Amino acid sequence: MLTVVHRGRARGAGRRRVVRTGAVAAVLSLGLSGCGASTIEESTDAPAAGAGDCGTINLAVNPWVGYEADAAVVAEVATTQLGCTVEQKNLKEEVSWQGFATGEVDVILENWGHEDLKQQYIEEQQVAVEAGPTGPTGEIGWYVPPWMVEQYPDITDWTKLNGYADLFETSESGGKGQLLDGDPSFVTNDEALVANLGLDFQVVYAGSEAALITSFRQAQADRTPLIGYFYSPQWFLSEVPLVKVDLPPYTEGCDADPEKVACDYPTYALDKIVRADFAEENGPGYQLVKNFSWSNDDQNLVARYIAQDGMTPADAAKKWIAANQDKVDAWLPT
Amino acid sequence: MTAVLERPPPAPAPEPPAPRRTARLPRRALAVAAVLLAWVLLGALLRGRQTLALGPAELSPLHRGLSEVTDSIGAGRATNPLFTHGFDVVRQVVDAVVTLFQDVIAQPSFGRPVPVLGWLGVVAVAVLLAALAASWRVALLTGAGLVTVGLQGLWTESMETLALTLAAVLVCLLIGIPLGIWAGVSHRVHRVLTPVLDVMQTMPSLVYLAPLTLVFLIGPASATIATIVYAVPPVIRLTAAGVREAPAGVVEAARSVGADRWQTLRTVRLPLARQLVVTGVNQTIMAALSMATIAALINAPGLGQTVLQALETLDVGTAFNAGLAIVVLAVLLDRATSAASARVARRRGAPARGPWGRAAVGAGVVLTLVAVWFSRTYVWAAQFPAEASVGPRIADAADAVSAWAQTNLSALTLEFKDAATESVLNPLQTLLTDSPWWVTGGALVALAGLAGGRRAVVAAVVCLGLLIALGLWEDSMTTLASTLVATVLTLSLGVTAGVAMGRSARVDAAVRPFLDAAQSMPPFVYLVPFLALFAASRFTAILAAVVYAVPVTTKIVADGIRAVPVETVEAATSAGSTRWQVVTKVQLPMSRHALALAANQGLIYVLAMVVVGGLVGAGALGYDVVAGFSQSTLYGKGLAAGASIVLLGVLLDRVTQAAAARTRAPA
Repeated sequence: MLTVVHRGRARGAGRRRVVRTGAVAAVLSLGLSGCGASTIEESTDAPAAGAGDCGTINLAVNPWVGYEADAAVVAEVATTQLGCTVEQKNLKEEVSWQGFATGEVDVILENWGHEDLKQQYIEEQQVAVEAGPTGPTGEIGWYVPPWMVEQYPDITDWTKLNGYADLFETSESGGKGQLLDGDPSFVTNDEALVANLGLDFQVVYAGSEAALITSFRQAQADRTPLIGYFYSPQWFLSEVPLVKVDLPPYTEGCDADPEKVACDYPTYALDKIVRADFAEENGPGYQLVKNFSWSNDDQNLVARYIAQDGMTPADAAKKWIAANQDKVDAWLPT
Repeated sequence: MTAVLERPPPAPAPEPPAPRRTARLPRRALAVAAVLLAWVLLGALLRGRQTLALGPAELSPLHRGLSEVTDSIGAGRATNPLFTHGFDVVRQVVDAVVTLFQDVIAQPSFGRPVPVLGWLGVVAVAVLLAALAASWRVALLTGAGLVTVGLQGLWTESMETLALTLAAVLVCLLIGIPLGIWAGVSHRVHRVLTPVLDVMQTMPSLVYLAPLTLVFLIGPASATIATIVYAVPPVIRLTAAGVREAPAGVVEAARSVGADRWQTLRTVRLPLARQLVVTGVNQTIMAALSMATIAALINAPGLGQTVLQALETLDVGTAFNAGLAIVVLAVLLDRATSAASARVARRRGAPARGPWGRAAVGAGVVLTLVAVWFSRTYVWAAQFPAEASVGPRIADAADAVSAWAQTNLSALTLEFKDAATESVLNPLQTLLTDSPWWVTGGALVALAGLAGGRRAVVAAVVCLGLLIALGLWEDSMTTLASTLVATVLTLSLGVTAGVAMGRSARVDAAVRPFLDAAQSMPPFVYLVPFLALFAASRFTAILAAVVYAVPVTTKIVADGIRAVPVETVEAATSAGSTRWQVVTKVQLPMSRHALALAANQGLIYVLAMVVVGGLVGAGALGYDVVAGFSQSTLYGKGLAAGASIVLLGVLLDRVTQAAAARTRAPA
């Protein structure tokens, strides 16, 4: 290509500019069509992958890596093995649920509790229905970096926390120990917990998952004290295995009154929610979603491919599916 | 907010020091000191009482009510004729416009696996347009910039962002220019429109993002409309300013030869306003581009998606690469429209193109057509060659820099953060939040009055009253404390850098690219390194705000300093003034208007970052907005927090403007 341009320039020297550029253009086109560059027509000969009667699945993708792993695997199976068209929509949870009402979202693959939204969209508006557990169990709680447990073995016992409050003091915590809270997407009872357990701590709102992870990463690397709100499954736990603090155990109904909470968070059975009409049509896409379920370990593996190995979600999904077709077979409609 | 519109009045000659004023100033300073003393004493005495505190998970009845209203709107959507007939039509029209742009440059369309124009075609068309509207230099820059985003491995993402931005800008112009003209000829329209535009520019977009998807569904229409809401005010304001400020003499002359209102508008006012209109278009484009990351939260495709997804895995390098592409697009669009506006200004009376010029245009058109044909025929000219990508290398370099800074600087930076928080931020915040509300409120009203007179008192009373009614007094005062600290920092940096730039063209040329980058780089990109350096804290939020606000402040100050007549500076120098004296006694006093405007805009830009601050540990109003966007039960509170941010903006804007007006025209 370089020579072609060069030749054009030599030829055009000394002539009027229009002529010269015309010549460049002519030579360029001659040179290029001659050298056998592939044309767009040739490249489109392969037909799109099997357009079956599966139709389109509008799949909400909520912004965390574990969910992306769910979505990538389901989307990959639906497209390549069932011939569906999958529209992945990157949305926050709240907006995804609204999508059930407007018909813009068919599937949420990993719902964390959200009793208020279930009440609103499943009970009242009746535009969504539950479609069974995703598999992984969600756990919310207070965590400390592993170096702290090595140095202060009893720090995971909440009754001992007041003894360590000084360690956790920061510029933000007003003279008390700082409890770093976090991602505003999740429910937190931490202010009530701190008050009702009589802890000498102040809740400080980090405000985003990125802020929480950066703080924990820094705390482990520099061996600085930190206690904060976190959750599993989460890809970061395979980079730094944070240790959960034991709060008074959860019992049924102990969190009924948010003001009086004095117990740990419940575990969440993460579940799938689908649009009511999508379920009623009962197509292959719905059946796949309904059958889909995998373990914490499966999800963590795919999440690690994405977060630590830097693979795209689609590539990560392909890699996992290639090694686990037996599990995938169990999800396929019969 | 509104100050940006007023064209600087002809700079008054430096007045001789008036003895009356020097006598008055200490008296005012004494009054300010008295108010502050009373505030500190009363605050200490009554500390922690009647502070109107409300915990982050707590709600007031107003907040609950607001949530329920939105819920009921959502529930009635399917049957409500306003939705089925009104909004759906708007949605379909906007959708069609966006889809057209996407089909042409970004997405597979018309049964082909590629957009109508491949990369070579887009580059050629853009270069030609830039050459025709601006200059050959800008055309070259345009071509280089577009190839750069391609080399970054982000061609498709960049074109998605560009398509949405251009579609939004097109709609903005269709709405904004007529509305601006109307506001320019009618004072009543102007008065009604101004507060609406203020709200549109200061209300955090996270507040209206979720309701927008309820009204206009999830899709390009909602993303475009969110962008329009934020981007349309500048073009309306600057068009109105241009039309309004046509010299009275010229308008009179037109009237006297018998032109009616419409003829005067068409033949006199609009041509005179043209340059300000183009400046308005430029600012609208910049604002639209800055929404790329926010719009990605509701599935808008493009570079914003890359940034957000990289943030999920804290992949600073990838986020930086995408952020850099946004910066490149911003600089391209800015230079092209600025050069076009300068050309509009120059063209009056300039000769038409000569034969050589016409030949060059013809050649350009031919070349462009050839390039377009290639980009529609061959794969290499349609899809940017992936082998050429240097994106991963840029990402690796950014990762290395960020990692180095985190390991080697964080001990130092954390100490600095602690010292600054202890010595400045905490005392100020304690004063604002821990004093009883009536003490803080009274003191603020008194200070507003001393600074800006009766108009400022009225603004302060109304805004503070509404803040109390919204139920987020304590959070508002916390945010106010951070805002004030950030603004002071912004101003000291902005004035220092601005003076240096205004005095030396070389400094200006060296610094300006960094200012452009800081202004258009999405904050999400640098949040992670900032968090590592300064922890999740109010200080980190303040720094992020300073990074965003310093460029605009600096640019305005630099322009002001440069506008000081050279002869005045030379006269002062030859009279034996030192450089310091020239700056403090001549250049700064003479660019007083620019300084006031810089302070005002600095404030507004700092406030625009309150929500981002909420993501990195600032808590208060920013966190309330973020939480309201994330949890349906907190929606009402988020809305109230958004309104509180608007009120803080209006309060500070009106007080600083009243104060500036007062110093300009001493009674």
